[in-house]
Amino acid sequence: MEPLTWTGNMGDVLDPILGISAAALVVTSVLAIALSFVTASDRITVNPDGTVAAQPGLSGLATRAQGWAVWAVVATVVAYIVTGMVVGWQGGGIVGGMARAFTPVWISLALLFAASYAYRRRLGLYGKLFDSSIGMVGFGLVMFWVFTALWAGVFDLIYMHDPLSQVSGMKNEVPGSPLSGAEAGQYPYYLLGGDNLARDVFSRMVLGSTIVMQIAPLATLFAFMVGITLGLPAGYYGGRLDTGLSFLANLILAFPVILLFYLLVTPEIVQTGLPNYMALVLFLFPLIFVGVLINSRYRTQPATRNLYLGIAMAVGLLLYFSLVMDQTAPKPLFRVWPGFLDLFDVSGQVLIVFVSVVFVNSPTVFRIVRGLTLDIKTRDYVAAAQTRGETPWYIMLWEILPNARGPLIVDFCLRIGYTTILLGTLGFFGLGLPPESPDWGTTINDGRRLLSVYPHPAIAPALALLSLVLGLNLLADGLREESLRD
Amino acid sequence: MLTFILRRLGVMILTALCLTFIVFFLTNLSPNLEKLAKQQANNRMSDEQVVTWLAARGYDDPVIVNYGRWLGVLPHFTREEAGEVVFSRCADPGMTAAEAPRFCGVLQGDWGWSTVFQDDVLAILAERGWQTAKLMFFVMLVMVPGALLLGVLAGMREGSKLDRSLSTVSIATTATPEYVSGVIFIAVFASSAVGLKWFKGTATSAMENITFENFTLPVLTIALYGMGYIARMTRASMTEVMTAQYIRTARLKGVSFGQIVMKHALRNALIAPFTVIMLQLPWLLNGVVIVETLFNYKGFGWTLVQAAGNNDIDLLLGVSIISVVVVLATQLLSDIGYVFLNPRIRIA
Repeated sequence: MEPLTWTGNMGDVLDPILGISAAALVVTSVLAIALSFVTASDRITVNPDGTVAAQPGLSGLATRAQGWAVWAVVATVVAYIVTGMVVGWQGGGIVGGMARAFTPVWISLALLFAASYAYRRRLGLYGKLFDSSIGMVGFGLVMFWVFTALWAGVFDLIYMHDPLSQVSGMKNEVPGSPLSGAEAGQYPYYLLGGDNLARDVFSRMVLGSTIVMQIAPLATLFAFMVGITLGLPAGYYGGRLDTGLSFLANLILAFPVILLFYLLVTPEIVQTGLPNYMALVLFLFPLIFVGVLINSRYRTQPATRNLYLGIAMAVGLLLYFSLVMDQTAPKPLFRVWPGFLDLFDVSGQVLIVFVSVVFVNSPTVFRIVRGLTLDIKTRDYVAAAQTRGETPWYIMLWEILPNARGPLIVDFCLRIGYTTILLGTLGFFGLGLPPESPDWGTTINDGRRLLSVYPHPAIAPALALLSLVLGLNLLADGLREESLRD
Repeated sequence: MLTFILRRLGVMILTALCLTFIVFFLTNLSPNLEKLAKQQANNRMSDEQVVTWLAARGYDDPVIVNYGRWLGVLPHFTREEAGEVVFSRCADPGMTAAEAPRFCGVLQGDWGWSTVFQDDVLAILAERGWQTAKLMFFVMLVMVPGALLLGVLAGMREGSKLDRSLSTVSIATTATPEYVSGVIFIAVFASSAVGLKWFKGTATSAMENITFENFTLPVLTIALYGMGYIARMTRASMTEVMTAQYIRTARLKGVSFGQIVMKHALRNALIAPFTVIMLQLPWLLNGVVIVETLFNYKGFGWTLVQAAGNNDIDLLLGVSIISVVVVLATQLLSDIGYVFLNPRIRIA
């Protein structure tokens, strides 16, 4: 079999078009920026009949040209994807093959965007995202990886090769190499080549997203729970509590992250059971948060309160103990929970990664929540609630927190990106996750040794990580812009 | 002002003590000590032998006591047999245990002995730190002017085309961690297979002789990640200044736009970025560790990785003292600098 070229036969037509439209985009963008300096802004002329017309002038013309160039590039990219999905191996090349592999992702993305765009006026802040192009690009990138992780990791619809199996003769093969000794029903190509252990780079990149999606959002959520549960009372009560908690937060923040990882995420530390103790404390905070949230809301209706609180605590405690307890843990303390109620075990290695990421992130969240609380507690509606005789926790959780949601949502997006970077850093230094794990940091670390000879095994996961983090940052920027506009 | 600095110094010392204690505790956990014993004496020691070996060297005393000894406020461990000192941790090679000083801790300038490099910790740190200082100097030389230019250009006309383009650029740089940009740079500019071959993919030779060819990529990789954040802070500060009343007055007087930016706005807009740049310094440590590993440049970050990877307890403790002190000192400097630069803030 012939090796694949990057764009195959469809490239004969589409490559020149992409080249021209990309060049047009660059030229018009530079022109639009340059013209916005030298020419005046919109001139407004009043017509004799009293109507007003804006004359965009030369810079307006450049802006319109830029818009058309953007559409041309987008249309060409869509053409690549659609053509790649329908034509065969040699017709689509590597790009076409990848487009075909991601078919379920494209369909879900198209459906999500169509539905969201149609109903964007009724969807609140989420709908407003579709008014800003930056926000839409960011959202698209993020959802691409979310769907990839979902379809590849849960439903097994995307990747073609086992990320761990090694095929002889495929070591360090360049992208598009045909699989040596392919059997019927097996995917006949290594689309992005093989790594130095002859594993498929493309499959590993796709499955790497699953690992990031499992850890990063959940760890960020836990960090937020910890930060909110401690930050609200610190800001609201102030005084000694605030001084003490702020000192602790600054203490952790003054620790160089990389040093903390090197001290915490080692096999020796897992042996001592320290991650289990930290998990025991850190994972208690979501439980406290939910408990206090429900209790403060339904305090005056004991029957409803008991019902909701009972359900929440039963589920929460079951999850908490399943997470914290481990029947194979070295310390007897973590084996007291009966095995039949232990729904799942998290391996010590993953637990320590999770715990340390939560630990590093929560002080920053604490500082943000504390600052917001200090600002919001001087508002009139807080004074009104105090006069009504509401409990402090009701005021914190049901008056202050909802009004702090804007900056918190923006920071949540940014922080998932930062957590992804941290996970990559851990993988890059070979800490925590097992060495054959397909997560992006570990794969970059594997690939960097032969980087100057065979760059492809490291470049693919690097670009994947870059696109996800960039997407999250752009999404946060779009959200910030749109929430400020309210 | 003096009380403010004194109070900050007090908090700083307390923080430094807490942090070094945490590091000491984590590096002296029993599995680490067991590894140390096996490294130093015999790899096939039994568990009892390990315990005796550690006890004979004072490792089994309470952590807080050992921390005090390491710090130099408690006399160091000595073992006596028949009224005579036969072992002292303070004894340097070629010195009998009896004539060794009683105290030998960090405060006495004795930072210990590195088991990996077989050298004095302080000497290693001085040499490696000098390499990293050179790297940081060039990073600052690229990063600070670049970030300020980016931020001022973006912030002088809020919402303009230039602002939106430059803001997207700075978002993109903050979203590119060093291990991603470093890998991409090496592949594009240094790879022997497909790349442009403009620069070298390793910086080992830069330790003796810095050239444009071997130092560009590492410096650029670190500078890029920090640049976006400083640029965004500069932009925020610049947009705030540009909406101030005195700028409007200058405009109404008929001062040209260039004059307003250069003479009126710039000086006030650069107060906030100063703090950010100072606080960014410790964050660069992350980048330094990654870049020194990636480009095989044997500096401070590379030493950290070697010390942590080889269970070199004394060296790791030395590295953490340096990094903790750098973090706290920059925090203090940024606070004091902010008060000095901004005449609106007065601390009684």
